[in-house]
Amino acid sequence: MINTPQQTKKLQSKLGRVRGLGSTREGVHHWWAQRMSAVALLPLSLWFVYSLISLTGSDYATFVSWAGEFGNSVFLVLLVVTMFHHAQLGLQVVIEDYVHSEMWKMGLLLFVKYGAVVFAASAIFAVLKISIAG
Amino acid sequence: MPDHTRPLSPHLQVYRPQITSILSITHRATGVMLAFAALLLAYWLASAAYGPEAFARAQELLESWFGRLVLFGFTFSLFYHMCNGIRHLGWDMLWGFELPKLRATGVLVVIVSMTLTVLSWLMAYGHVDKL
Repeated sequence: MINTPQQTKKLQSKLGRVRGLGSTREGVHHWWAQRMSAVALLPLSLWFVYSLISLTGSDYATFVSWAGEFGNSVFLVLLVVTMFHHAQLGLQVVIEDYVHSEMWKMGLLLFVKYGAVVFAASAIFAVLKISIAG
Repeated sequence: MPDHTRPLSPHLQVYRPQITSILSITHRATGVMLAFAALLLAYWLASAAYGPEAFARAQELLESWFGRLVLFGFTFSLFYHMCNGIRHLGWDMLWGFELPKLRATGVLVVIVSMTLTVLSWLMAYGHVDKL
């Protein structure tokens, strides 16, 4: 009866538990980031699907002038940032769950994380180029 | 990983498939699919930034029967992941854990995401004369 889990819990503040525990020592940060990006993606994805529906069948000039409009450019950048962040967080969990070899796990996690940054940066730069250079 | 003999994930083969588990793995599968959709979005935007020729090539690819099939799959993945994601957010707020509710919201997610997918494609085709 020295240190049952219940007693440890009672002695620690809730904040202390979150800060100190968890297999990765990161508390609820990953969980929270996943939820926050998910909530942001709700309106962004609906806007994107609506935009794609109205853009169906349009030519290059129409698309470029649409994507270059200030509001659309901002929304596209927000969509890209949030989407790649959310995708990276989700893929990370899938890899951690199913890949048990430490080397493969680390390699894949790095690949996904770097890949998300590279593709997000390219997509953002593409939107900026369309928006500024026309 | 100190002990490799210890099971790390549920051994799926010992469980009977049920709507809750099927919908759960579908959430993952659609999430992974949507990561590829994000890559396609990046390619599409980059092609438009490169110029009319690159954009025309991308459009040709997307308008092929295979491209449309992939886009249709992505549309369903997006709506499913979105609807089931709302279900997840409900659980995060401690709503909907009872078995009858779990099953009802699960069926609802499937029906709504299928309806929104078909509706989106009908709307997209609806305002285009010929494609």
